[in-house]
Amino acid sequence: MKEFIIKNKVNFAVIISFTVFIIVSFSINFESGKTIYNKYFFSFLKEMILLLPIMFILIGLGDVWINREKVEKHIGADSGIKGIILVILLSMAQVGPLYGAFPVTYLLWKKGASIRNIFIYIGAFCTIKIPMLTFEIGFLGWRFSLLRMLFSIPFIILISLLIEKIAKNKPFEIKNP
Amino acid sequence: MKLLLILAIISILISFISNREKTMLGIKKGLIMFLRILPAIISVLMLVSVVLFLIPNEIILEYLGEKAGVLSYVFAAMAGSVSLIPGFIAYPMSGMLVNSGVSYPVIAVFITTLMMVGLLTLPIEIKYFGKRISILRNLLYFFGAIIIGVLVGLFY
Repeated sequence: MKEFIIKNKVNFAVIISFTVFIIVSFSINFESGKTIYNKYFFSFLKEMILLLPIMFILIGLGDVWINREKVEKHIGADSGIKGIILVILLSMAQVGPLYGAFPVTYLLWKKGASIRNIFIYIGAFCTIKIPMLTFEIGFLGWRFSLLRMLFSIPFIILISLLIEKIAKNKPFEIKNP
Repeated sequence: MKLLLILAIISILISFISNREKTMLGIKKGLIMFLRILPAIISVLMLVSVVLFLIPNEIILEYLGEKAGVLSYVFAAMAGSVSLIPGFIAYPMSGMLVNSGVSYPVIAVFITTLMMVGLLTLPIEIKYFGKRISILRNLLYFFGAIIIGVLVGLFY
């Protein structure tokens, strides 16, 4: 608990100052403060408050149910469309930033995943992982999120196939720095 | 939004019926993750609220609005490529940009490059994939993102 507070001290400082600012704004009828709260902060908080905990529960469940080792066996060089679908599903259940995905690609490479599937993993990990989609749907809406996903997936597959083709021209390997 | 909630609740129920213990463990894991990230989310929402209130709409629209035309896509792609913003900050920001009048296709370009193109993380990427493939991957996604944005624009 103490560690949690220390780690988040900047965040807590922001939360406390903002809360005080809003309370003062409302008590002295300071219009700018009220606008910041009503038009921006509260309208977004309201959208997220129910959605977020449920989405994180889903991420936790994905973590428990999806066995990466099992998936790894089915995304090798001759895995075809099934491999592509599996690797997309696997990447959707992950959390973290782009640079957090690189070490995972090394692991996948070691386990024999094809170049194509590794770059599909990176692409899908970046753009359609579920934790991110929940934010996207919450803030930008279903329509936007579905359209972006729909157009992104073919591009991810196409670009990954192209990268595989070009990578194979010269000796290629994924290193573990 | 409602649909998303219903889908989530159905999945949790299915999981619970299949395996109670696994489900409880998953729920616990998820909630711990949520609580860990909650202070960051709330403080970011607060900061973004203040920043967007302070930045005049005209400035944002000059670069990312319809007035900028095709250039708005290029600006969005460049901004997305050089930024290192986590999703939970980028989305509230994007939502607020939309409210300020930035179009959805431009936001799609920004989000896609933000997630897929990493100029700042390129040195890390090169360590894994080598120079040739890393630069190729980033370039392909830079232009890919603009096309994705245009496609989103056709249907939005």
